[in-house]
Amino acid sequence: MDTSTGQSSLKLMIVDDSNIIRRRIERSQQIDRLEVVGAAANGRDAVEMFRRTKPDVVTMDLTMPEMDGIECVQQLVAINPNVLILVVSALADKATAVEAIEKGANGFLCKPFTDRQLNDALEELLRET
Amino acid sequence: MLKEAEIRTFVDGTTHYFETAGQQPASVGSPYLVTDGKPGAYEYTGVIGISGARKGIVYFTAPRGMLTVLLMRMQETDCSEETIKDLVGEVANTISGNARRDFGKSFVISVPTVVAHEPEKIAAPHQRAYVIPINWRAHSAKLVVCLE
Repeated sequence: MDTSTGQSSLKLMIVDDSNIIRRRIERSQQIDRLEVVGAAANGRDAVEMFRRTKPDVVTMDLTMPEMDGIECVQQLVAINPNVLILVVSALADKATAVEAIEKGANGFLCKPFTDRQLNDALEELLRET
Repeated sequence: MLKEAEIRTFVDGTTHYFETAGQQPASVGSPYLVTDGKPGAYEYTGVIGISGARKGIVYFTAPRGMLTVLLMRMQETDCSEETIKDLVGEVANTISGNARRDFGKSFVISVPTVVAHEPEKIAAPHQRAYVIPINWRAHSAKLVVCLE
């Protein structure tokens, strides 16, 4: 966490196999409070990047090649139990949301989303810090 | 064979996608059944494989014009071929994933495969497919649901 400016800046990693979604998250209003340290397109790359960049906050897609998001959440939480994870996924069934939370995610935002919904979801997540 | 309520799930998912991501409602026409295995496709198609309790494919197919406008509505400035393909896959993924709200977790969706400029390469698992016509901002597209 960087406190050199007097305002804490949390490190964010974005995990999604869509470039469009990654860029939308980067444009969120909440991004002022976050420093994007990396973006990964699949779970395997995300785990490697997570070890290297040590983010405080992660947005996580679920349906991805190589390693899916649920497995990835589990691995990230095993590395750092204090990481905050917002799942951003099209999988709209309740069982999947419950599973993601049980594996260690802190919030769930369903695709498609408006800028306002993304902003609110990130704001709620950051309230936990 | 799809039941009427199941088709409604995809119609509602399509409507919701354009209202939310495109910030403007789409006019979704009455679904119709195609039995000759040729539901047709536009320039760009995002194909989702379905496995688990249901088997088959769901695809969203659209012309470049519609996808470009949709990108702009999402504040996306990059309208390259790569981004257009990314979008068509993401639309198919989102509508299919949202269907799990009604179908449950056993409706397993694959990551999208994108077919561009070669509609003949879309392989449906059988002859019967439901086509949901979509009209949005003077552009036409369709969602095709081909499930056993």
